[in-house]
Amino acid sequence: MNGQASKVMSQPLDPKQAISDVFGDTLEGVEEFRGELTLIVKAAKIIEVAQHLRDGEGLKYNLLSDIAVIDYYPAEPRFGLCYHLYSMAHNRRLRVKVMWSDGDAPVPSVTGLWPSANWEEREAYDMMGILFAGHPDMRRVLMPDDWQGFPQRKDYPLGYETVQFSFNFDEIAKHKPFAKK
Amino acid sequence: MTLDPQTQFAVWEGSVEELRGLVSERAFTGETMILNMGPQHPSTHGVLRVVLELDGEQVISCIPDVGYLHTGIEKNMEYKTYEKSIVMTDRMDYLNPMGNGLVYCLAMEKLFELDVPMRAQIARVVLAELTRINSHLVWMGIGGLDLGVTSTMTYAFREREVLLDIFELVSGQRMMSTYFRPGGLWRDLPDEFEAAVQNVLDTFPAKIDDYDKIITQNPVFVDRTQGIGFINAEDAVAYGLTGAALRGSGVNWDIRKAMPYSSYETFEFDVPIGQHGDVYDRFIVRIAEMRQSLRIIEQGLKRLQKEKGPFRSGNRKYVPPPRAELGQSMEAVIHHFKLWTEGFRPPKGEVYVAIEGPRGELGCFLASDGSPNPMRVHFRTPSFVNLSALEKLSKNHMIADLVGIIGSIDIVLGDCDR
Repeated sequence: MNGQASKVMSQPLDPKQAISDVFGDTLEGVEEFRGELTLIVKAAKIIEVAQHLRDGEGLKYNLLSDIAVIDYYPAEPRFGLCYHLYSMAHNRRLRVKVMWSDGDAPVPSVTGLWPSANWEEREAYDMMGILFAGHPDMRRVLMPDDWQGFPQRKDYPLGYETVQFSFNFDEIAKHKPFAKK
Repeated sequence: MTLDPQTQFAVWEGSVEELRGLVSERAFTGETMILNMGPQHPSTHGVLRVVLELDGEQVISCIPDVGYLHTGIEKNMEYKTYEKSIVMTDRMDYLNPMGNGLVYCLAMEKLFELDVPMRAQIARVVLAELTRINSHLVWMGIGGLDLGVTSTMTYAFREREVLLDIFELVSGQRMMSTYFRPGGLWRDLPDEFEAAVQNVLDTFPAKIDDYDKIITQNPVFVDRTQGIGFINAEDAVAYGLTGAALRGSGVNWDIRKAMPYSSYETFEFDVPIGQHGDVYDRFIVRIAEMRQSLRIIEQGLKRLQKEKGPFRSGNRKYVPPPRAELGQSMEAVIHHFKLWTEGFRPPKGEVYVAIEGPRGELGCFLASDGSPNPMRVHFRTPSFVNLSALEKLSKNHMIADLVGIIGSIDIVLGDCDR
């Protein structure tokens, strides 16, 4: 297939087995749907699990494709953080899922393992209000800095801001938080 | 907002303290300068704002600020049925509408386990590759313009018109095509399609050779791009770079080869690889990719002449019946009514599908809770992730080189902000 595959010496390991061997009951659940494997792990252990998946022999999930967050509102735990990993050596994908609710301890940030997680985690905070511990630069990324609330949450209604034109500029500017200063 | 009494320009009311931790300590002693670039800057390829810390002309740190084109596409899609939300995807990456539609349709098809007829799969490949050329042409035109090769812009946009005419031919729309639907295509390819694509195949190779001469053999361009914006293979993977930005660093990874979708495995093509990981290599990789795309289109066009089967799946639980059937079949009327009022109810589950877009890995994460609307749609857009590596790429370069670096990672802000 490609040049990466020919360099591989080790046999690919079953990620579900590998994680349950090393971390035991940190692995809270396994889902398989349409040929995609999902490992549900404890939020507090995400860095250790991710590091093992990235560096472990036979795993080598070296690319963090994406961090997507689902809001299961009104179920509890409310949020599912899906880390989509890809192994270039073994050409396969894996989803690692962490469950989180408002009020839980912040999820440890994986920015130290993959710098690409920096903006992905900022987006997760910006859109869903997920808190991360140890993130180097936690600011909103897509929404304005003074935005209230987390727009991608299920209990956040669609469409609230009136579009600002020249005729209603002052009227809208009156309600902006900076106007009160 | 306060205005300066003399100039009437808006005065920045913030404090430099907001930047503490993002820029070096030298910025607070006045040794280095903080400069704002964008969001309305011609070489930022849309509305990208970059806050630069400069020592003379050298970039010490660079803070990209995005979100000016955020339109809540992911949120909006949760309020529409599956089929009706396809139109939103075209508005994301406006240079790659077919690719966005393709990845969303592939995700839906994986979730529903819906079959796609061979004719539709090949047509999708041909159109996706035409879109890749379209996107690369714009990138080349604007990228050349940024670095002083001004004539490429007019050439590239002239050629692009030919491609947009083909999109208009098949879908009725130049840019926002919404042509791919779950289970196949919106309608069959028109008869004129073959001649129009053949015209592209006949005329484009010579033109791409011309651009190669104008750009990659231009000594000024070469001097300005070689050795600039270097990133090695290991860092490129860690920063999540994909597409030509990754292959420019010598990593042989293309999703069309690694995890083929939509019958790419039956096409013959090569994956161009760079060696040095600089701006120049990323440019020549993309130029070579255009030639490979033409190879794929040529094969696809030949196969479309033989493959005359249906263009859309016959699964009536997900695909509405053709209009002609409604007059004869009661069942068709029921399906039509059901699919256009309520929509369909897919199984519960979560899928992630990725394709090789013109800019890199374009992924779609789709979660269903069994209702007719998607519960969550998330797009992993290559521009967003590639742009987050800008700070790493531009460190210690001249401010004039930053323009070339932004061009070389080929960002589209609509894709980045969604």
